[in-house]
Amino acid sequence: MTYTLNFSAVWRSFDLLLQGLALSLGLAALAILAGCAIGLITAFGLVSKSALWRRPAGLYVTIIRNTPILVLVLFSYFALPELGVRLGKIESFVLTLAIYSGAYLAEVFRGGLIAVPPGQREAGLAIGLTELQIRTSIIIPLMLRNVLPSLGSTMISLFKDTSLAAAIAVPELTFEARKINVETFRVIETWIVASCLYVATCSLLAALMRAVERRLAVPR
Amino acid sequence: MSNLLEIRDLHKRYGTVEVLKGVDCTMRQGEVISIIGSSGSGKTTMLRCINMLEEFQGGTITLDGAEIGYETVGGVRRRKPEREIARQRALTGMAFQQFNLFPHMSAAANVMLGLIKVKKMGRDEARALAEKWLDRVGLLSRIDHYPGQLSGGQQQRVAIARAIAMNPRLMLFDEVTSALDPELVNEVLQVIKGLAEDGMSMLIVTHEMRFAYEVSSRVIFMNQGRIGEEGDPREMFVKPKTERLAEFLKSSTFN
Repeated sequence: MTYTLNFSAVWRSFDLLLQGLALSLGLAALAILAGCAIGLITAFGLVSKSALWRRPAGLYVTIIRNTPILVLVLFSYFALPELGVRLGKIESFVLTLAIYSGAYLAEVFRGGLIAVPPGQREAGLAIGLTELQIRTSIIIPLMLRNVLPSLGSTMISLFKDTSLAAAIAVPELTFEARKINVETFRVIETWIVASCLYVATCSLLAALMRAVERRLAVPR
Repeated sequence: MSNLLEIRDLHKRYGTVEVLKGVDCTMRQGEVISIIGSSGSGKTTMLRCINMLEEFQGGTITLDGAEIGYETVGGVRRRKPEREIARQRALTGMAFQQFNLFPHMSAAANVMLGLIKVKKMGRDEARALAEKWLDRVGLLSRIDHYPGQLSGGQQQRVAIARAIAMNPRLMLFDEVTSALDPELVNEVLQVIKGLAEDGMSMLIVTHEMRFAYEVSSRVIFMNQGRIGEEGDPREMFVKPKTERLAEFLKSSTFN
């Protein structure tokens, strides 16, 4: 059996794939941004001395991290409306991915927080800084430097997770690829091109994160 | 003249372990007091109570007439609001055994942080003060270096500049030379001596006996959570009154 690769049908729809990719990037950017905020607050909860903060933070991480993301996506799109929460496809997916990434990022940030020596906080206290000032000027900047390598791979994972939005017909890259596949019957070509787009984008993200790492590296 | 610092019946427990069992101490402005004693005697803990890095369960600490950390309202002793504690902490400066410089900030930025965030100074004014104090500790040429690019002794001098620049009423030194290589100890001690000559009030927890002897107007010997003996170093080190201090001095090196 021979199969002759013919990409011309895919190229004709290439702009659709690019539009899908742009939407994928947009979804990921919004979700990760919100996820970073959620994750940061949750991480401080996880390392809090007070059980009042620690318990809910722990519960959130446990529930979200132990549920497959596809289940979460389907739940918020199909089950939430039954409970009276009606969201559009895109809003529903961004919210889900934000909550999902928040749980992962919380664990990443927690690791970074416990790696900051307690002497840093004490030095801040000794010059009269408040806890909030210590967090914003000392703890968070040091924590971010600690987590940059793992933050990069978490972001790449989250970007790839946007492909699950295809399950609820959000027209992102995977969804568009499937559409082209069905319309052109060029199965292999379509998925090769879609994969290449994912690989290229992720490689770019990785390079970007390494540049940030270098930029923020503490001189020694 | 009224006292700069008054410590009355200070009690501190970690769980059920009592580490300070009633410490009384007063200090006048301009005094340089060294606190010596074996490890576990409570000297570092006492120092850390003064700027509320440690909570304490009994007694009072008063700086310039104001009670540190706690207030008694309607017969109930309670911790002061965090904002007020932060304000009080800025009245003292502390240098740590491990320096604790902020590694992501240059020497200048380390000194400027408190000036900008706590003293609400403008950047230019803060930078000028950072230059003044880094020059004073002999590190003006390293002003834009990061802690990771400095030797231990240099880091400790930056840390002292960071504390002094805040213009504290009282400086607290917590074993500031213990983490240093022997050849770097002297440069730090020289800086502290210079501050003593300027009339800075200082409490110095140290294992450097010769330094304590030379720099202090008074020495406090801590023993098992209490003040075992205190007095003029020239008398105490020559003729200790208690058996414990005699033993401690015998096991210490004077170099």
